[in-house]
Amino acid sequence: MTNEDLQNIITSLGTDLEFTTEASEFLNVIVPKEQLHSLCSQLKSHPELKFDYAFCITGMDWVPALGVIYHLNSTELKHEIVVKVMVDDRENPTLDSVHDVWQTADFHELEIFDFFGIKFNNHPKLRRLFLTPEWEGYPLRKDYVDEANMIIK
Amino acid sequence: MTDQQVQNKIKTEEYFINMGPQHPAAHGVLRLILTIDGEIIKNVEPDLGYIHRSIEKMCERDSYQQIVHLTDRMDYLSSHINNEAVCLTVEKGLEIEVSDRVKVIRTIIAELTRIASHCLWWGVMGMDLGALTTYFYAFRDREMINDIFEETCGARLTMNYNIPGGLMFDIHPNFVKRTKDFITHFKTKIPEYNLLLTDNVIFHKRTKGVGIITKEDAISFGVSGPVARGSGFSSDVRKHHPYSAYDRVDFKEILFTEGDTFARYQVRMMELWESVSIIEQLIDNIPEGETKTATKAVIKLPKGEFYQRVETARGELGVYINSTGNKNPYRVKFRSPGFSNLSILNHISKDVMIADLVATMASFDFVIPDIDR
Repeated sequence: MTNEDLQNIITSLGTDLEFTTEASEFLNVIVPKEQLHSLCSQLKSHPELKFDYAFCITGMDWVPALGVIYHLNSTELKHEIVVKVMVDDRENPTLDSVHDVWQTADFHELEIFDFFGIKFNNHPKLRRLFLTPEWEGYPLRKDYVDEANMIIK
Repeated sequence: MTDQQVQNKIKTEEYFINMGPQHPAAHGVLRLILTIDGEIIKNVEPDLGYIHRSIEKMCERDSYQQIVHLTDRMDYLSSHINNEAVCLTVEKGLEIEVSDRVKVIRTIIAELTRIASHCLWWGVMGMDLGALTTYFYAFRDREMINDIFEETCGARLTMNYNIPGGLMFDIHPNFVKRTKDFITHFKTKIPEYNLLLTDNVIFHKRTKGVGIITKEDAISFGVSGPVARGSGFSSDVRKHHPYSAYDRVDFKEILFTEGDTFARYQVRMMELWESVSIIEQLIDNIPEGETKTATKAVIKLPKGEFYQRVETARGELGVYINSTGNKNPYRVKFRSPGFSNLSILNHISKDVMIADLVATMASFDFVIPDIDR
């Protein structure tokens, strides 16, 4: 399915969705964070979309917004899109978990919590996965400073 | 008391036990927190980070040429393929087309790497299940591949042979002959492997019906590589998104539908034959041409997002580069196959014996730095 066809179907699944193909090989869908979970469930269940394979979930610090990028693929229909969601609150960023849509998100959300500090509502057990429980700060944020362990050029 | 009454009186209670971080079956520093009742596993909670170096953060500091060298240290058994993934992403961003010679050489070495990795996996899988001999058989043959690599690029494991735009230098004059000798030798050895382990009754009893993954679960958990193909999930990047020279060779994607440990084992064993076949198709027809396409000394990718995936010995490695047009990337994400594959371990390990978990983990072929990055 072409990107235009995908865009036509996805437009009806939510409100205020933004679409762009600029500087990316995929169709990018930017979704307001309130609609993240409902859009994701529909992307998976819609008979003409069937995005069942979340092959890459990336945490992102756009400064000042934090966010998550979902690379999605349909193993049956072979088309691919990218879903982006942003959250402006850096003190207490919160998004909805999509682990009930794609179970792999469980682990990836732990990774994003660990490195970016984004909390996920309804996640089964949010915890530090790589770093120690007492670690302070979130290392992959752009404003993270650790003079002892980082070489700053 | 009757037997039944005696059985009712024997009680067990659940408790925690650490498997790792120094456990032989983990092949590295992976800690699994097991909740067990007797010898039955109730829950598996992986605790990662023992070899976490934050490669993604280091990438934000380094130039594109330097990033290539960091990726060796992720999945060190597929180091060449990791390098290739980054180089392909950078080449995609710069819109460079490398010569046919580079594509073919990259593919041959990638397949040799896959054979070497599968050899090591086969050796340690036997060892995990108590068959020590496999280890020596596999390492004898793997050594020949490492010697070929050493002669061509100076390193045996972390090869650094790829650079954005091509190869660091041309292949060694002996490369073609030694690779052919190895292929001739190795084709007589795969049947030996099968005689020793594949047809072994004890091995069948340890692996058949153990750690079953359904196709739906494999897709939902983002599983890839031989683990996914053992469950019938067609996920071979070489087939679905061909890169380098994979579009000009003829090979089969190995699929099994049982989804158990033995199916994953068979996928890898048959992939050895496919890799051998790919190398045979290419080794006599390496095209002439440049081994390097000139790039600027300081590479700056245009503003944008670039995604490239490759099939390592463990599965789908994705490289996501977000560039703002500077000499350093703004964000790099490595979608490592091991991390996604590990996420399904708890799901399939409920109510199985500890010994079965060891067999399952052996068939997943984890490389811990690949999970931790």
